Amino acid sequence: MPDNDWPLWEVFVRPRRGLSHGHVGSLHAPDATMALRNARDLYTRRQEGVSIWVVPAAEITASSPDEKDAFFDPAADKVYRHPTFYDVPEGTQHL
Amino acid sequence: MLAKPSESCNTVEVYGNDIPGLLGEVEAAETALREAAARDTEAAHGEAAYFDAVIKADQKIEPRDWMPDSYRKTLIRQIAQHAHSEIIGMQPEGNWISRAPTLKRKAILLAKVQDEAGHGLYLYAAAETLGVSRDELVELLLAGRQKYSSIFNYPTLTWADVGAIGWLVDGAAIVNQVPLCRCSYGPYARAMIRICKEESFHQRQGFEILHTLSHGTEAQRAMAQGAVDRWWYPSLAMFGPPDADSTHSAQSMAWKIKRFSNDELRQRFVDMCVQQAGVLGLTLPDPDLRWNEERQAYDYTQPDYDELMRVIKGDGPCNRQRMAHRRRSHDEGAWVREAAAAYAKKRAADA
Ligand SMILES: [Fe+2]
Ligand SMILES: [Fe+2]
Repeated sequence: MPDNDWPLWEVFVRPRRGLSHGHVGSLHAPDATMALRNARDLYTRRQEGVSIWVVPAAEITASSPDEKDAFFDPAADKVYRHPTFYDVPEGTQHL
Repeated sequence: MLAKPSESCNTVEVYGNDIPGLLGEVEAAETALREAAARDTEAAHGEAAYFDAVIKADQKIEPRDWMPDSYRKTLIRQIAQHAHSEIIGMQPEGNWISRAPTLKRKAILLAKVQDEAGHGLYLYAAAETLGVSRDELVELLLAGRQKYSSIFNYPTLTWADVGAIGWLVDGAAIVNQVPLCRCSYGPYARAMIRICKEESFHQRQGFEILHTLSHGTEAQRAMAQGAVDRWWYPSLAMFGPPDADSTHSAQSMAWKIKRFSNDELRQRFVDMCVQQAGVLGLTLPDPDLRWNEERQAYDYTQPDYDELMRVIKGDGPCNRQRMAHRRRSHDEGAWVREAAAAYAKKRAADA
C-alpha cells in the first residue's frame, strides 16, 4: 500500500491571536507542505484557527508510556507553590 | 478533558446552533465528576484497578494507558465502522451534487459532503491511537470484513432525498453521537465533539430543503413527502436492533463507551421528529404514531428489523454499488498517492 509511505503528523492550531497552539488531532501526509494543506482542509474548515503547526508524530518525545506516573509525583508535595498555601492576615489588601 | 467550545475555538458563532449548548452540559457533567475521580484513582493500585477506577469515575482513558484487550478491540471495531460510515455516506448525497437545483444548494451540498470526509478522517485518526493503521482499516472495509451503517445502502431517488437525509439521517446520527462526546476513550470523545458541532449544519440544511419543497408546488410537496416516507423507517433502524437483541450493548455501557440503549435513543429521536414534521407540514408514515400520556413519549411502529439484518448482511438496495464505487475510487486514486510519496522522497533526497 503506497499510503504506508505517508507518515503521521500531529496538528496544532492557534484558535486566535493571544492563544497558544493546541493539539487538535492527526493526519497522514507525504511531506510537511502537504501536511499543512491537509490540516487546513481537515481542521480549519470553519475558521477554527489563524495558525497551524504540523509535527511528525515520530519526532515527539513524550514523558512516559503512562499518563499516570511517578514522573509527576515530585510536584505533589510542593503545596507551597500555590498561593492558597499561605495565610494572609485579615485586613491585608491587594496581596 | 473536554474542550469547552466557547474557549477552545472561535466557532460558536460560526456553528450557530444549539449543539454548543448541549456540549456545555456535557462539560458541566464532567467537571462535577472530575474531582471525585481524583480521589478514587489515586487509591487504585495496579493497571487493571487503575483502569476500572478511571472508568468508574467517568474520567477519560488516553492512548498510552493500559486497557483490557477487549476494550481496545471493541473501540477499534466501533470507531472503524463509524469512520467507514462517514466515508461511504458521501455517496448517496454525492449522487446529487451535479444536479442540485441551484448554485447555492450545490455549494452547501459540496460543503456537507466534504464535512463527511472530514468526519471519516477524524475517526480514522482516533482509531489509529489504538494501534491500528488507517491502511489496515481501509483494507478491511474494501475486503468487506468491516461494516458501515446500513442506512447508506438506500438510494437517493429525488432531490428531496437529500433533504430527508439531512433531516432524518444526520438527525439520527446526532442523537446517537451526542452521548458519544462523553465516551470513556479520550480521542474518540474529542473527535465526536468536533463532529457533533458540524452535524447540526447538516441537519438544518436538510430540514430547510424539505421546508422549501413542502411549501412549494404540489409536485414539490409530494416529492418531499415521498422522501420522508422512504427514509423514516431506515432512519429508525439506524439505532440498531432492539435492546433485547443487542449483543454488544451491556459491556459497552459498563465501559461507558455507550451511555444509552438503542431503544432509548430511538425513542428520543421519534419524540423530536414529530414536532419538526409538524413544522414541515409533512406526515411521518406511521398510522400508529401517537402521544402516550403515561409514558410521556410517543408510541410508534418499530422498523422492520429483518430488513435491517438483510441490509447489514449485504442485501440492501445499494450494497454492491456502494462497495464497487469505493473500490474503484480507491484504485483510481492510487497514482495520486504514489506520486505524492515519490515527490516527497525526491525532495527529502535533494535536501
Ligand atoms: Fe458525519
Ligand atoms: Fe453529517
